[in-house]
Amino acid sequence: MSQAAITSRWKIKTGLNGDFIFKGITVLFAFSILVILFLMIYEMVEQSLPSMAKSGWRFITDQNWDAVQEEFGALPYIYGSVVSSILALALATPLSVGSAIFITEIAPKRLGAVMASLVELLAAIPSVIYGLWGVLVMAPWLQSTVQPFLIDHFGFLPFFQGAPYGVSMLAAIFILMIMVVPIITSISREVLLAVPRSQKEAAIALGATRWEMIRMAVLPYGRSGILGAVILGMGRAIGETMAVTMVIGNTPQISLSLLSPAYTMPSVIANEFAEATSKIHSSALMEIGLILLVVTLIINAMARLLIWSVTRRQSGGGR
Amino acid sequence: MQNKVKLEQLNVHFGATHAVKDVSMDFFENSVTAIIGPSGCGKSTVLRAINRMHDLVPSARVTGRILLDDKDIYDKVADPVSIRRRVGMVFQKPNPFPAMSIYDNVIAGYKLNGRVNRSEADEVVESSLKRVALWDEVKDRLKGNSMELSGGQQQRLCIARTIAVKPEVILMDEPASALDPISTLKIEELIEELKEKYTIIIVTHNMQQAARVSDHTAFFYLGELVEAGETRKIFTTPDKKQTEDYITGRFG
Ligand SMILES: Nc1ncnc2c1ncn2[C@@H]1O[C@H](COP(=O)(O)OP(=O)(O)OP(=O)(O)O)[C@@H](O)[C@H]1O
Ligand SMILES: [Mg+2]
Repeated sequence: MSQAAITSRWKIKTGLNGDFIFKGITVLFAFSILVILFLMIYEMVEQSLPSMAKSGWRFITDQNWDAVQEEFGALPYIYGSVVSSILALALATPLSVGSAIFITEIAPKRLGAVMASLVELLAAIPSVIYGLWGVLVMAPWLQSTVQPFLIDHFGFLPFFQGAPYGVSMLAAIFILMIMVVPIITSISREVLLAVPRSQKEAAIALGATRWEMIRMAVLPYGRSGILGAVILGMGRAIGETMAVTMVIGNTPQISLSLLSPAYTMPSVIANEFAEATSKIHSSALMEIGLILLVVTLIINAMARLLIWSVTRRQSGGGR
Repeated sequence: MQNKVKLEQLNVHFGATHAVKDVSMDFFENSVTAIIGPSGCGKSTVLRAINRMHDLVPSARVTGRILLDDKDIYDKVADPVSIRRRVGMVFQKPNPFPAMSIYDNVIAGYKLNGRVNRSEADEVVESSLKRVALWDEVKDRLKGNSMELSGGQQQRLCIARTIAVKPEVILMDEPASALDPISTLKIEELIEELKEKYTIIIVTHNMQQAARVSDHTAFFYLGELVEAGETRKIFTTPDKKQTEDYITGRFG
């Protein structure tokens, strides 16, 4: 076939117009996403302005939140969000990385594949179901068993003082932990799968046992990717609304004790937006939303960057 | 000449593939043996059987015996981990640990023996790097990233890492095939020096390289050992027509 024939056939096949329209539509879609994001941030800033003007920095340093008196100190929500997600992550990380190592390096292939898809399935469960289970099953169990145990044996620590309520910071930490384990596990699994065979063989050939091989070749190679997975889990935990609202007790206070009820940023937004009739109240909620949005965007960008740095090294590094 | 490694009726299967068929041969102490043959004839498979790398491949089945100092490494009581410390391996593509410094790469395998104090580690790193003629090039940046070295330097680093463990046998699977001619030459000189202390088995696709560096040569074809003997003899007056055809470039 001659060059001209190929060109003309190509033209007929795709059609100049069809190609143009298709390209136009995809460009439009791609841009509309950016535009939506931009508009959303713009709108949130705009609507936060009254609250910013009224409260200034006291918005994030004051502890008192009283819509009737129009006093808006969001510190207890920020504190609740940060503490619940960080502690949930601290518990979830070793569990998840351990599971990912088991699935990729230790379990027989079949079992590993089954476990991996079960983990994916866990990640797909709607959060309201976790919340329902949390409030109906886990919280009563915490109240009757776990919290009394902690009070009896570790009550000398400030973290385990007070009465056992069930719904509490501790409940939120547990529920968040359960919810982020599947995410961190499945991303860590992909990161570990991306470790080249040549790296593992290098360790084995030096006389490493399987554990030594994991420590020497697998984990260091996947380190930044796993960190990315953890941070992504952090983003999920800090933004989680439904399940946390159901188990945390929704009390805006800052208490060292994990047994006390607490409150988070997403929870206060979800609980109060309907009754926020005054302009300043809804503006204050908007400002909390803005803080949450910025924090989440930063966390996610960091995570993507870390994961990307690993997978890029993999595709550039051959087998 | 003392034989160090002896293959007896070695067979390797991958599922239904019979990759190595009934191979029996000797590898001698303080000598370099080259394994040559066309692609897919089982060279790497034979090599990897000698340090039990096939243990990692679930579909692989190894039968027959491989004697290391007259002890079968596939014996039920043999420990693959300690065998791999005695039989080191250098791979086709340099594979230093990217998250580790040059220093930590060299000492990585040695440290598996147990705790190592600082001065002992320094000594092992220096002597291993000197052995592979890399010391002068990297002594000022031992804590630097190993991935910043050139391909040839990385490969010598991997050899240093292997000899730091003090193996008796070193297996090399096309160790220079990813390198430029000058780095290749350095690796070949290194092999020449290393054979004073170690038994070396090298797989190569490069006839000239086999002729240059090896004392013995084994020619494989379709999973079978066609002919093994002194390199001079294999390259001048081979017994088998197939060997002659391959060496003169008539096929493969
Ligand atoms: N892990 C494996 N699983 C299945 N088959 C394998 C595996 N490794 C090797 N084989 C098969 O065994 C045979 C010999 O392969 P081997 O890698 O030993 O060849 P080679 O001589 O080293 O070739 P090359 O010169 O291309 O490296 C081939 O048919 C190959 O497909
Ligand atoms: Mg090969």
